Amino acid sequence: MRWLVALVVLVLGRMRRRPRLEEPERLVPTGAPDRRAENIVLLLFGAATVCAIAVPVVYVWDAIPNQTQFLGLALGLALACISAACIVIAKRLVVTEELEEEYGLTHPDEEEAVEQLVDESGDRFTRKRLLVVAGAGAGTALGAAMLTPAASLGPVFEMSSLYKTPWRRGVRLVDEAGRVFLADEIEEGTFYTAYPEHAQREQMGAPLVVVRLKPAELRLPDARYGWAPGGILAYSKICTHAGCAIALYRKPTFAPVEPKPALVCPCHYSTFDVADGGSVLFGPAGRPLPQLPLLVDPAGQLRAAGNFSGAVGPSWWGVRRHGPRS
Amino acid sequence: MIRRTVRYLDERSGGAPFLRKALRYVFPDHWSFLLGEVALYSFVILVLTGIYLTLFFKPSLATVAYHGDYLPLRGREMSEAYQSTVHISLNVRAGLLIRQTHHWAADVFVAAIVVHLLRIFFTGAFRKPRDLTYYVGLLMLILALLEGYLGYSLVDDLLSGMGLAIGYAVLMSIPFVGANLAQLVWNGPFPGGNDFESRMYIAHVLLLPIAIGMLIALHLTLVASRHHTQFLSRRATERKVVGMPTFPAYAPRSLGLAFAVAAVLFLMGGLIQINPIWQWGPYHVAEATNGAQPDWYLGWLIGALRLVPSFDVTVGNYTLVPNAFWGGAAFPLLVFLVLFLWPTLERRVTGDYAFHNLLDRPRDAPWRTALGVAFFTWIFIVFLAGAADRMFVLFGLSYEGQVWAFRVLVWVLPVVALLVTKRVCNELLRGEVVEVRRKLVEAEPAA
Repeated sequence: MRWLVALVVLVLGRMRRRPRLEEPERLVPTGAPDRRAENIVLLLFGAATVCAIAVPVVYVWDAIPNQTQFLGLALGLALACISAACIVIAKRLVVTEELEEEYGLTHPDEEEAVEQLVDESGDRFTRKRLLVVAGAGAGTALGAAMLTPAASLGPVFEMSSLYKTPWRRGVRLVDEAGRVFLADEIEEGTFYTAYPEHAQREQMGAPLVVVRLKPAELRLPDARYGWAPGGILAYSKICTHAGCAIALYRKPTFAPVEPKPALVCPCHYSTFDVADGGSVLFGPAGRPLPQLPLLVDPAGQLRAAGNFSGAVGPSWWGVRRHGPRS
Repeated sequence: MIRRTVRYLDERSGGAPFLRKALRYVFPDHWSFLLGEVALYSFVILVLTGIYLTLFFKPSLATVAYHGDYLPLRGREMSEAYQSTVHISLNVRAGLLIRQTHHWAADVFVAAIVVHLLRIFFTGAFRKPRDLTYYVGLLMLILALLEGYLGYSLVDDLLSGMGLAIGYAVLMSIPFVGANLAQLVWNGPFPGGNDFESRMYIAHVLLLPIAIGMLIALHLTLVASRHHTQFLSRRATERKVVGMPTFPAYAPRSLGLAFAVAAVLFLMGGLIQINPIWQWGPYHVAEATNGAQPDWYLGWLIGALRLVPSFDVTVGNYTLVPNAFWGGAAFPLLVFLVLFLWPTLERRVTGDYAFHNLLDRPRDAPWRTALGVAFFTWIFIVFLAGAADRMFVLFGLSYEGQVWAFRVLVWVLPVVALLVTKRVCNELLRGEVVEVRRKLVEAEPAA
């Protein structure tokens, strides 16, 4: 009996195996194995592992000098090894086939159907153009309505603050540490940064550059008579071109051949003539540097004698409308 | 195992046919086709490193006094934004590596996009049916420039403050509405309200990256749906694309490139210092430094701002166009306008409205190549002019002399480039005709 069962199983098994499916047709062409390339890939994966392990090691190793550099090196090399392994796999271990495919086609029938769909859907409208215009109008209005809250982002129509500066007659000039400038300590051949006393400094109307020339060298316009007591001149430190701080002072070491003393902005090299009231000598700035009239009080301290000769900061459409306000 | 995974997915998405097609999608092979991928992988690194940085960075202009380890800054008043960036750089372990990698990745990202754009332009890959893809790419370039600018502006170090002042001035300079827009964006006159920092931040870490990400998806979808362009070869024609399939041939290649890009970026991030902000110090309105240069991709704008001669366009006391508008706004607008209009213009002028799946070699379209070389030369000269102050420091060339020379060269050199390129293209083509004739003549006796 046992034998019989065994025989049946065997026969059934054979019978079942007989209609054996053929091996499916290959989708990817075959190629010869390449053990050397495999070895290289193994080596690269090994190296990547070592480099990757080095990353946490360097990370926790406090005493190591140049930790950033070693971290970058370890991580970079680990990634580079994996990259190399991928490329070896691509070039040597997998089959590189050349396939062809049709470029995409256009679908004129579908295009026409879409057009027809839209057209026919609108059949029932009698005043199509009017409806479209009304709809577009409503859409535009709604769009504007939805943009309205954006006006809260900033004082969009409030231009007067652009003319405001903290300077007015009598305000003392102080240095970065808050010390009052004395007229006598302003020397020729260098420049000083000054701020208004007791005022917010982080605004474009605040900072000044103060320089001293020989009174005989001054060529200020007549209207600015007395603005530079003892040859001391004060200008806004903010360039009228693009709003950078004017951080360079060009002082000729040999006046007969070298260019005029000038204030220079390091951003785009707008160059302003200090002797004649801040006019533009070179560079892109389109209007002169605003000058601040100075006076020396009886104690010898430098004070503003008024506000600037023009609006401070980079130019805008209203910059010439009126002067700065205190 | 593979079968079970695929079955699982197919039962739930019906995606097996798509997957099979995707695995056999054909990629034509040419090194220049990888430039876009370099940009893509740089973007991935940017997102990953950027996420890490957000975990430490504080987008706040609240003033604090520095009490960290870096002695030269001890006791200095600075914003929390700047302080936290110094902290990331000097105190967070691996922070400097990630920050520098992020910065380098941004530079590489834009560079890859620009070189990719040049490849697309000079091979005529922007022609129908891929002009839409090209416009999406241009849009991404604009967003990438803005994203990079915001990225280094966020830090509130001296350099970023100077950059923001210039950005503010350029916005102010727009005729009729500039000052209003600037007040709106900055919430008041420069340096603006404290919430300006958080506005930049949300734009830099959320709005722009998502916009760029979505445009990337659109760009790739369009590329895939119309298939890749290719150069003419024995088998490649206007009708048939020839190349290797995604799987198994192309995937490991592309993966290799991805890891290579990551490797280079992390190596640069670790080994090559970039923007050491702790040396610049915090920004104050009254401070600026000489020799300041922005990241390379803004060099063309600083060059343009520097080259424009001194003038404001005024009507009475109404300033119609302040000077900064020309270099900072009009110039880039013109450049992008030309780039956006080029496919249309070329179609109109040549009357060629056909589909183009085969690429031109630059010589095949002498006029396009010559005009393109002239156009990019124009931009490049402006870019070089932005480095005139460095050339003064390095070579002692007078700055003012250089600027005058550049003001002339910027108009002369493009014309020279145009004529030379046209000639070279024509000569190359003629050489090929001669070659073909000679082969025909040599073949004749045999026939």
